[in-house]
Amino acid sequence: MGLQAVFFYLFAFVAVASAFMVISARNPVHSVLFLILVFFNAAGLFLLTGAEFLAMILLVVYIGAVAVLFLFVVMMLDIDFAALRSGILQYAPVGALVGLIVAAELIVVVGGSVLTPEAAKAITMPIPSPATRTNTAALGDVLYTNYVYFFQVSGLVLLVAMIGAIVLTLRHRENIKRQNISQQVARTPATAIEVVKVKTGQGI
Amino acid sequence: MTAELLITSLQISTPELILAVGALALLMIGVFSGDKSAPTVTGLAAAIMIAAGLWLVFSPMQGEAWGGAFVLDSFSRFMKVIALIGSITAMIMTVGNARSEQLDRFEFPVLLTLATLGMMLLISANDLIALYLGLELMSLALYVVAAINRDSLRSTEAGLKYFVLGALSSGMLLYGMSLVYGFTGNTGFDNIAAVLTAETRSLGVVFGLVFILAGLAFKISAVPFHMWTPDVYEGAPTPVTAFFAAGPKVAAMAIFVRIVTDAFMPVFADWQQVVVFISIASMLLGSFAAIGQKNIKRLMAYSSIGHMGYALVGLASGSETGVSGVALYMLIYMVMTLGTFACIMSMRRKEGAALESVDDLAGLSSTNPFMAVVLTALMFSLAGIPPLAGFFAKYFVFVAAIEAKLYALAIIGVLSSVVGAYYYLRIVKVMWFDAANGEFARTAGELRLVFGISGLFVTAYVLFGGPIGLAAEAAAKAFF
Repeated sequence: MGLQAVFFYLFAFVAVASAFMVISARNPVHSVLFLILVFFNAAGLFLLTGAEFLAMILLVVYIGAVAVLFLFVVMMLDIDFAALRSGILQYAPVGALVGLIVAAELIVVVGGSVLTPEAAKAITMPIPSPATRTNTAALGDVLYTNYVYFFQVSGLVLLVAMIGAIVLTLRHRENIKRQNISQQVARTPATAIEVVKVKTGQGI
Repeated sequence: MTAELLITSLQISTPELILAVGALALLMIGVFSGDKSAPTVTGLAAAIMIAAGLWLVFSPMQGEAWGGAFVLDSFSRFMKVIALIGSITAMIMTVGNARSEQLDRFEFPVLLTLATLGMMLLISANDLIALYLGLELMSLALYVVAAINRDSLRSTEAGLKYFVLGALSSGMLLYGMSLVYGFTGNTGFDNIAAVLTAETRSLGVVFGLVFILAGLAFKISAVPFHMWTPDVYEGAPTPVTAFFAAGPKVAAMAIFVRIVTDAFMPVFADWQQVVVFISIASMLLGSFAAIGQKNIKRLMAYSSIGHMGYALVGLASGSETGVSGVALYMLIYMVMTLGTFACIMSMRRKEGAALESVDDLAGLSSTNPFMAVVLTALMFSLAGIPPLAGFFAKYFVFVAAIEAKLYALAIIGVLSSVVGAYYYLRIVKVMWFDAANGEFARTAGELRLVFGISGLFVTAYVLFGGPIGLAAEAAAKAFF
């Protein structure tokens, strides 16, 4: 218990501290990096509670995809973050209100499952104890058997989304300079360098 | 799931497997041989759909598959065959105009195949999750093909508008499903029906039911969820519009019928009033709003809104006659619409510019008498004038409504079809009595074939309609 508590407080403290840094950092790239740290610590917290599948998904999806997307947006789009932040304090009451509502809802949900423990028995697929079967295996047990039809159709939906994104955005435009590696490698000094005698005081 | 269950499931869903595997193979062919393979891929896609359709017609397999999430019964078989015919015809119609409409890309037939797969899964859905996945598979592919002509502002606008409103309707649908799941504890249609009773139904279920109906009404473009239809019909390339008007409407109507008659039959009174309302609203709006339209694609959009209203008249009766009326209505509506769109796609000048105005049809009787005769027959049929097919479609749904004592609904339906006849007859008048202002280019062979067959179908339906009506009645037996 002792070691677990140490790790819990470590992950929790770092998560809260870096979450604060996300909104207070001056450089937006730093904000995104702190966000990645938040995700990472949240994954650690999930791992401590035995939800190793959620921890993996958090790493793969949120850090691997979402945070990288944020980085791209921050670095590629010309957004004036100073202007965006100018009136940040006047939104504080609204932010605090939303935060309070979320906190209240979390308390209701968690409190509900504590007050009526029999509600957990109503679910169709009981969660096996982590000691006997890992989360990932338990999910796989139903996902590839009872729900294989839904799983495959979801795959097709994602395939359509991918084809659609490519169809609508890929353009083979003419007159665009593209890197041609074989051409680059095939260059020799004879074709690439030209020695020009320049008279002093004159251009080429 | 045991091995035998898995094998039965695979056998029952073989047509879908043919389409899914075929679409992936076509994608590979297209990727490796580039856009020049577009005609080949289109032909192969049609062949795959025909293979799936033949399997569907001749396979004796029937029943539930995949743990009850998928069902193949007489109704889903009937509707799937209609949807497949619609998709195949609409796809063949694209061939001639592919280049001028910028549809000559291999992804286009692949997306149409995947959309058709979505329709088949949707028609067979017997579970809320299966319904949603089928609907999204169909809709996502349709959003993309609506916007596929990226250089056209109208096409991209149509795609974006369809996508945003479609996402909204999916949200409503999912919200309704979550409520129904929460209040019944089940996602399977049979299980939902088993726990629902008219006396003990809770308000939450009714809320969920209304949201689900709203989401589905959006897909069949019934009033008050029709706003996207005229813009998308007008903006999308005409072959794509023809595709939209055929299969997806059939599939969405099929699942509409299945979910209310299968899952929510115990709360009949609750959904009947919703269906009656959207039916009356669609019929009236379809009749009155189309009067002022100059663009024939927009006119067809309002016409389709009206026709969905008439089809819902049959459903509102909640009886076997009603459901068979809906099935028959969708078949006849699809044939008439495809024929009309084949005529619309033939409206192009020799220089190649596609025309979309009703006035461009002026004097068609002297410049192209064959097309004028066919289009006249189709317009009379859409208006519901006997002895054409459209009359029988309307007749059966109105008879069902009268049997169910929905006299007001039937009377409003008949009156609004009188109003609707005005704008169909206006097209006939323009074709036969107005002076010609130019000839159309020679019609492509496949378009002439499609509107020829369609014209033959609506005129000769009175002679051979018996077996089709019997097939529709057998389809409706799946629920009662």
